[in-house]
Amino acid sequence: MTITEKILAAHSGRDEISAGELINAKVDLILANDITAPIAITEFKKIGAKDVFDKERIALIPDHFAPQKDIKAAEQCRMLRDFSREYNLGLYFEVGRMGVEHALLPEQGLVVPGDLVIGADSHTCTYGGLGAFSTGVGSTDVASAMATGECWFKVPESMKFIYYGKLNKWVSGKDLILHTIGDIGVDGALYRAMEFEGEVISPLPMAGRLTMCNMAIEAGGKNGIIVPDNITEQYAKNRAKREYKFYSSDKDAVYVDVREYDCSKIPLTVSCPHLPSNTKPAAELSSIAIDQVVVGSCTNGRIEDIREAAEIIKGKKVNPNVRMIVIPATQQIYLQAVKEGLAEIFVNAEAVFSTPTCGPCLGGHMGILAKGERAIATTNRNFVGRMGHPESEVYLSNPAVAAASAILGRIGTPEEVI
Amino acid sequence: MILKGKVWKFGNNIDTDAIIPARYLNTSDPDELAKHIMEDADKDFPSKVKAGDLITADANFGCGSSREHAPIAIKAAGIQAVVAKSFARIFYRNAFNIGLPIFESEDASGKIKEGDEIEIDADRGVIKNITKSEEYTAKPIPPFMQELISSGGLIEWTKKRIMAS
Repeated sequence: MTITEKILAAHSGRDEISAGELINAKVDLILANDITAPIAITEFKKIGAKDVFDKERIALIPDHFAPQKDIKAAEQCRMLRDFSREYNLGLYFEVGRMGVEHALLPEQGLVVPGDLVIGADSHTCTYGGLGAFSTGVGSTDVASAMATGECWFKVPESMKFIYYGKLNKWVSGKDLILHTIGDIGVDGALYRAMEFEGEVISPLPMAGRLTMCNMAIEAGGKNGIIVPDNITEQYAKNRAKREYKFYSSDKDAVYVDVREYDCSKIPLTVSCPHLPSNTKPAAELSSIAIDQVVVGSCTNGRIEDIREAAEIIKGKKVNPNVRMIVIPATQQIYLQAVKEGLAEIFVNAEAVFSTPTCGPCLGGHMGILAKGERAIATTNRNFVGRMGHPESEVYLSNPAVAAASAILGRIGTPEEVI
Repeated sequence: MILKGKVWKFGNNIDTDAIIPARYLNTSDPDELAKHIMEDADKDFPSKVKAGDLITADANFGCGSSREHAPIAIKAAGIQAVVAKSFARIFYRNAFNIGLPIFESEDASGKIKEGDEIEIDADRGVIKNITKSEEYTAKPIPPFMQELISSGGLIEWTKKRIMAS
């Protein structure tokens, strides 16, 4: 069996399991945010359950339109707070304690290797970086699981992606996943598990692993996953709030497709409007002028990402034609960035340094694009209207390319500014 | 169940931001959401679509966000069903969970044109194109999903399970 099949089998009381089966499995953690939880809460109340299945395994995180951007958003956020109080939930994160959910939960050790996690947010697949099975579901799924502690799944077929060779300078997990999505398309892994491995993945830091698994959904994948190893152990051992278990794939595990990538041939990669699969080398896009740069999100808002952007921007100024918005994904990352002097670097460069929020990534607030404006962002989607006006454009990149572009006023590479 | 109506046609990779842009997600009121249905794919769509119409699309319909607001908005706009070559997986499960009928059919998706009148026999998975006098077959719905539908969606299914336990 693959690691994905093993985790699903273990959580559904089975020894063996195979792709295509429909199962009911026990979940270790459920999450929802201020956009998806209100529907989940309303639906949960219709079920008529006496209580939630476990008060310590339901995470409600107001992060999308929080800090509350308008009255309607405030009403939605209040539903999370009221519900958490009514049911005495242990994992409600108020503004000031919250962070972008998929950065916050691994950081706090609330998701651990071997877990089965569902979240009413498509980027729940992030936790595959820890060797967990995690996948995005709908609000009604969350409502049902809050009552029963279970969720229905179709066991996905698995695809294997092997990365070998030497990574080029500044090329990171983001470039690997953008390149992969460019190769297989936005439905190239539809309904499937994406398992990443190889000599490039073995030394890849946890931040890069989380970034890769985060974007599995952008290829249509059900989950992204990396077999846990020493890097996972180092990440998990001092923060895990529960016992964890390492699963691995058997030698005879079945994969419907195996793809190999020579990383020495993977350039700094940018996804052009309006699909994540529309990838081009960053170096070929130097004619594209930009109005805004966003560094942050569940994809690239971790401390490693903030450091990378700061390294490029240090001692320089953001181009006068550009607004740069840097959003550390959690309070802990924010504080770390302040301590390391990174916040000062950004402010001195005339960039915005913001409190954690998903904000601009989904066109919510904190950096919305006007008609005809163009952004380069370390976020995960560049669909029509994603960051604002339907006639605005979003280009996706890693933090180093985004920061270099902020200085240049056009899409560019770190080599051009360092 | 027989679903009959006029078809609106969309292309590949219609994402959930196109179905219901995030800028309207500060509410989950179905009627409010319905006012902006498919707005970023076709800004005139909310005023053109009529209750009882159907949508067909090419591959990967509903890709992107997990927002259940997408199938909710479609349903609240009075759209009876969506027929596509394929659906993104979260949209697929959301549709079954909330009781929006969806059908996967490469044949139907390729041959049905905008404005065609179609009739879907949901139980048999047969899609009739009345305008063209053609008939297509939808992929069979797995027994568990049929159970969800006949229960009236996931919430009703869960209720039954809780009462039985």
